[in-house]
Amino acid sequence: MNLVNFSLMRHELLLVVAALLILIVEIFASSKSRKSISLFSIVLFAVITIVGFLPSPTGTLFGGMYEVNNTRLIMKNILNIGSLLVLIQSVTWLNKDENHDKISEYFILLVSTLIGMNFMISAGHFLMFYLGLELATIPIAALAAYERYNNKSAEAGIKLILISSLSSGVLLYGLTMIYGTTGTLYFNEVAQLYGNENLQILGFIFFFSGMAFKISIVPFHLWTADVYEGAPVNITSYLSVISKGAAVFIFIIVLFTVFPLIIITWQKIIYVSAVLTMTIGNLFAIRQQNLKRFLAFSSISQAGYILVGLIGGNQIGMASVIYYILVYIFSNLAVFGVVAAISNAKGKENIDEYNGLYKTNPGLSLVMLLGLFSLGGIPPFAGFFGKFFLFTAAAQNGYYILVLIAVLNTIISLYYYLLVVKAMFINNNEAPIEKFRSDFPTRLALGICIAGIVITGFASIIFEVIKNMSFGV
Amino acid sequence: MVTFTYTVWILLIPFLMFILLGLAGHKLKPKLSGLLGTSGLAVITALSYITAYLYFFQTEKIDGAFQKIIAYNATWLQLTDDLHIDIGVLIDPISVMMLIVITTVSFMVHIYSLGYMKGEKGFERYYAFLSLFSFSMLGLVLSTNIFEMYIFWELVGISSYLLIGFYYQKPSAVKASKKAFIVTRFADMGFLIGILILSFNTKTLDFITLTDPAGPAIAQGSGISFMGLSVMTWSMIFVYMGGVGKSAMFPFHIWLPDAMEGPTPVSALIHAATMVVAGVYLVARMFPIYALAAPAALDVVAYVGAFSSLFAAVIACTQTDIKRVLAYSTISQIGYMMLALGVSGYGGHEGLGYMASMFHLFTHAMFKALLFLGAGAIIHAVHSNYMNDMGGLRKYLPITHITFLIACLTISGIPPFSGFFSKDEILAAAFSHNKILFAIEYAVAGITAFYMFRLYFNIFWGEDTRYEHTPHEAPVTMTIPLIVLAIGAAVSGIIPFNKLVTSDSKAFESEIEWGIAVPSVLIGLLGIGIAYIFYGKKSSLPDRLAATFKYTYKWAYNKFYIDEIYLFITKKIIFRYISEPVAWFDRHIVDGTMNAIATVTQAVSFRIRGFQSGQLQKYVYVFISGAILLAVIFIYLWH
Repeated sequence: MNLVNFSLMRHELLLVVAALLILIVEIFASSKSRKSISLFSIVLFAVITIVGFLPSPTGTLFGGMYEVNNTRLIMKNILNIGSLLVLIQSVTWLNKDENHDKISEYFILLVSTLIGMNFMISAGHFLMFYLGLELATIPIAALAAYERYNNKSAEAGIKLILISSLSSGVLLYGLTMIYGTTGTLYFNEVAQLYGNENLQILGFIFFFSGMAFKISIVPFHLWTADVYEGAPVNITSYLSVISKGAAVFIFIIVLFTVFPLIIITWQKIIYVSAVLTMTIGNLFAIRQQNLKRFLAFSSISQAGYILVGLIGGNQIGMASVIYYILVYIFSNLAVFGVVAAISNAKGKENIDEYNGLYKTNPGLSLVMLLGLFSLGGIPPFAGFFGKFFLFTAAAQNGYYILVLIAVLNTIISLYYYLLVVKAMFINNNEAPIEKFRSDFPTRLALGICIAGIVITGFASIIFEVIKNMSFGV
Repeated sequence: MVTFTYTVWILLIPFLMFILLGLAGHKLKPKLSGLLGTSGLAVITALSYITAYLYFFQTEKIDGAFQKIIAYNATWLQLTDDLHIDIGVLIDPISVMMLIVITTVSFMVHIYSLGYMKGEKGFERYYAFLSLFSFSMLGLVLSTNIFEMYIFWELVGISSYLLIGFYYQKPSAVKASKKAFIVTRFADMGFLIGILILSFNTKTLDFITLTDPAGPAIAQGSGISFMGLSVMTWSMIFVYMGGVGKSAMFPFHIWLPDAMEGPTPVSALIHAATMVVAGVYLVARMFPIYALAAPAALDVVAYVGAFSSLFAAVIACTQTDIKRVLAYSTISQIGYMMLALGVSGYGGHEGLGYMASMFHLFTHAMFKALLFLGAGAIIHAVHSNYMNDMGGLRKYLPITHITFLIACLTISGIPPFSGFFSKDEILAAAFSHNKILFAIEYAVAGITAFYMFRLYFNIFWGEDTRYEHTPHEAPVTMTIPLIVLAIGAAVSGIIPFNKLVTSDSKAFESEIEWGIAVPSVLIGLLGIGIAYIFYGKKSSLPDRLAATFKYTYKWAYNKFYIDEIYLFITKKIIFRYISEPVAWFDRHIVDGTMNAIATVTQAVSFRIRGFQSGQLQKYVYVFISGAILLAVIFIYLWH
């Protein structure tokens, strides 16, 4: 391995170094200086994020098992930005007394999952992909059970690990069929051999089920609400944004590069899944009182919109999905940031407890409003353009009915997003959540999210760059 | 040749005013922020009139047609190589006409509000929202492409939401603002789908390319078909759905009567003169496509318009809240405009309906804004919205009375007021195209005259209700706009629209069709007469006359008996068996369908909650079943 190879694997290697450095700092930190581990890790991660944007060579490694190109680079960079935001948002929570002695644990586990996701996205071979997937999943289960003396958190962890091992099993089973019918697991070789035989379709469906679990597509979504509710808020936001984003990224790469020959089949499968996912996610979201469960179902329906975008298999489809994930990171983290701030400060997570929030905490309410408007797709916020591009991509291939269903669903979603807005701004409350001042990291992260929502919506250059790096089937 | 680059300021000034008042408004004295907003509007009103003068009288016509001028343009988003979204300013006959309408009415409302809203909490917030609205509405009409229009379209919706909900302590106002927002958003989804289909068939969003009769959009658009209609027709129907929502046509009209919860000047500006005609403007903007490439969609426009105009006119007869009467009347009049577009052809005298629609839009803006502002003055004086609390007000409110009377005569189509001219053109256009629609509009003309004069007589004549405080005429800031608009309503009929605003931008000859005009005036007079018999008479015959002339009194008494029969026929039979069922249909079936959609969603959501049990075994079961089901479907059934 020479220097060029190192720089090809820059993202992964830097993260490995970071994980080791945090481990070393942990050993030398006295109990008083433990809080500075957060600062150290975040600064380190910020540097990694910036380095990720430097120009990079492209190419393959390990005989084609590992591959880097511009599309995959931009995906990794987007995940880095989102993870950085999650880390900044976590500081308040980590500084609590009960988490005090496990701060480094959090950072190491989280960085490990990110390493897994990066490998997954760079995979050129199904085994590399599978290793990345597992590395990305198992530490998250540990993170979900982070507050281990809290029953709900422990339950979330155990549920996640059990159901993800099931899904890994199904996915592996699918991989064996892919291998059995083609004799290879290299992406580029499978791509040329994979046809529409029964066993091959079964193999694809099992592979799809495993991915559908990660993206929480109906009917593989049932774990989502329980885990989102039980896990600490910051972990939930990581799960719903970064973990899901990474899975979508690799899913779209595999669909477009490995299975182009069976595009007709997977378009049908995605059609059905998209309709189910959007509709079921929305119908459940309406009923939720707990904000974390509410956001879990909202994120399920968002996954449905993403499927609408990638169904066409065209360049604008891939561009719109990547762009949407970027927008979704900013919008969802804005909302989660507010929920986390309030949950950490006052322990309140129910929608009706937010009644009258605007009177006491106007700043947080406005951030939440912007985030929800963007999620709901109200122009001119970024979420509107994200959805617009997704639907455009589907319409370009003639999926008018699907677009109609999707737009109907956005109307339903608008209703429940406005319910939260109504609670904050209109409903009266004798004893609203008291006024409190959030600390600097929270405000910084929320500020970045808001800037992101506005800038990604208005700066057309961002979509252009993404589009130039995307490709179709 | 004039370049019109300065027209960018027509957009920028209200926007800057919004920023200024929105950020620093609470630090200024309320009066100062009101005056600031008003003077900003004064500047852009002047600019608009200058633009109209330069455009219509100083700019060279090419081949006898007014040119479409792009005053400013910048590419914003490059979607594909040939599809891009721009932000720009388009100057052409209809956008210039709308500039005049919007700035005139908005300016009058700004002045009027100085008096009407005086002392209200949030005075500066009100002016900030008014500026935001003016900015969005002007942006909407000046857009160079349909996507830019869509963005402003939504901004208009948001500012309307903010203004309807201005009295945010009032639960009904908050509810109404939400209803307006969600109903119009629902309709806008159709608009967006229409834009998507349109842009992928024509590879352009620019109005100039889209509406060029010889251009690629119209030439190729009607090729592909889907479910029996061409794709172009589908996209135009979807686009029209957006217009139906904003213009409160049936079945999306339900938000407009509720929106009357907002301050009255807002109703005059948004819900009478400007925002609600955005749908008409949209169809007019896309008119060449409708007329040349999607005639089936144009029929939809015509029938929706005709039905809404009749439906709303009948309901207006039963309302007792004066603002609601005016709201239904607005729906009815916009139905007229839609109908006129729907029966129009393209080019020359064929385009009579198009010209008539724009003409009526113009005159309607004047007289309906006047009616609302007059209603505001009345409500200001008696502190009630209900007719029953009014009566005999002509003595107390002389200026309001005269201007209101002018407006009522105008809307009833009585010459020489402007409504007569524009309505006559619409009827003439309908006559040459479709006799059934024509007959409906004749009937609506009579009903309109009836309910407007029912309103008029109930407010200004009739018995003098005992008022707690003696009603007094509104302050001068409120009466001046009334007088200005009354002059506008009275004389704007002489504007030669057939020379200025036509479907192909070329002048054509048109004259008043007396064969149609005379009966329509008679029908209007008949409506007024019936209203007089019902509502005008009782106190109009002073008791003293009755005592002096016994026979006359007896005759009058008998007449009164006939009145009873009339009353029986109309109130007991027509109202009970026609109007009330229609109102019931509106309240229960139309509102009910909308509610039912929500209820069904809720119910389904309740039923399926069992899936989410929290038991892991069940989750695994569903997971595996899902995978197997997919396999069965896609291997054996749909392979």
